[in-house]
Amino acid sequence: MSDAASLRRTALVENHRGLGARLIEFGGWEMPVQYAGIIEEHRAVRATVGLFDLSHMGELWVTGPGAGAALAGAVVTDPTRLTVGRAQYSMICAPDGGILDDLIVYRTGEERFLVVPNASNAQLVAAELGARIVGADATLEDATLTTSLVAIQGPRAREILAPLTDVDLGSLRYYAIAAGTAVGVAAHVARTGYTGEDGFELFVAWHDGPAVWEALLDAGAPAGLVPCGLGARDTLRLEAGMPLYGNELGRDGTPFEAGLGRVVKLDRGEFVGRAALETNAAAPRKQLVGLVMRDRGIARHGYPVYLPGAEIACGEVTSGTRSPTLDVAIAMAYVPPGHAQVGTMLEVGVRASRVPAEVVALPFYRRQP
Amino acid sequence: MEVLDGLRYTEDHEWLRADGDQAVIGITAYAADELGDVVFVELPAVGRRLAAREVFGVIESVKTASDLYCPVAGEIVAINDALTAAPELVNGDPHGDGWMIRLRPDDPAAADALLDAAAYRALIGG
Repeated sequence: MSDAASLRRTALVENHRGLGARLIEFGGWEMPVQYAGIIEEHRAVRATVGLFDLSHMGELWVTGPGAGAALAGAVVTDPTRLTVGRAQYSMICAPDGGILDDLIVYRTGEERFLVVPNASNAQLVAAELGARIVGADATLEDATLTTSLVAIQGPRAREILAPLTDVDLGSLRYYAIAAGTAVGVAAHVARTGYTGEDGFELFVAWHDGPAVWEALLDAGAPAGLVPCGLGARDTLRLEAGMPLYGNELGRDGTPFEAGLGRVVKLDRGEFVGRAALETNAAAPRKQLVGLVMRDRGIARHGYPVYLPGAEIACGEVTSGTRSPTLDVAIAMAYVPPGHAQVGTMLEVGVRASRVPAEVVALPFYRRQP
Repeated sequence: MEVLDGLRYTEDHEWLRADGDQAVIGITAYAADELGDVVFVELPAVGRRLAAREVFGVIESVKTASDLYCPVAGEIVAINDALTAAPELVNGDPHGDGWMIRLRPDDPAAADALLDAAAYRALIGG
């Protein structure tokens, strides 16, 4: 997908260009990776507020009398247990328990569910969900290319958004969603995000994206709001210990191995991957851990992890960077289950060197309540 | 993007400034901008001998790590220790305080074979 002509562009691409964004290919889309700089954008979200174009994410509507039950058989959570207006973090797995994608499932009505997959997996998830709900009294609509998604994230997100929406943000709980208007256009406003901060995600019609984006940029400017790219989104989610598909999550791992076994609801009926996941829950092959580097060097995706002094790698780094908030190098990595305890000292192969790294509890960063 | 006259350049985006029988080396403003926020610079030991185009260190931005290539063969006489505590100098002043190594070239004329400012400007499309 490196051919620029084949890349999809969000409704906001000209807004990004006007702001001087650097655009890159991501998941088949041409997306802003940074505007002023990743560290500045990262710090704005932690301290005040940042604005993200997430229109590359998928939006799949599953609707009908049988929608909830059909989804319950297709993903590892039970969306029928959601009350209307709430959301759950979920995953869709292969029959062998491997993760096809991680999702957020929102229930916007008794018979209406919005499933949000990653951009790079949206078509696969649409095809899988479509196949898995065959025979149910439910229909699947892929609204990815008719939906713009703008996220406002950070401690001041609520005060900036509140005057621009008729949704009562004070009563909108974390992982909740409400239909209303924002900046005068129809919107689903959700209190979800991928930054470790309070914030909101606004699902609007494709062509309404630019107006919503510009209004939030203007309204937030006095508070220090800056546009943020995928670079800051990645460092923010990593500090918050949130997994990224293609790094921490993939076909070769399960929710239990990723430390997300609590997401899988086994106290219910059949769903795709159930038998394999029950087995895996009792005997995970690997375990995702957080690492803090204890000497100079930054662990990166794909770097080997060793037991101290060992010649053969025992694991692999999935994501790593220098944490802008904590000012240390942090990483996530898969290691053998017996070496995943907090406090365990490991080594990361950083080019020709071995750099000591300590297993720490996730997340690396947790916002003050 | 700033390309200073009087310096020599490589296709890997290092610059070289001749200084008597020594040469000061860093990365260009273009390279620093492409990398984004620099958070770590790993430099070699003083006294080490380097071949032309040999990797002399690594520069890491928030997102990625990149090798640094020595433009000409020689012996390292100094490194910029300030980059340990302040790697962001590479972004703020790539041609000045963000310098990386000082080298005594084996062949004082070797730098003449590198790109001049006009050729480097053409390379980066500026």
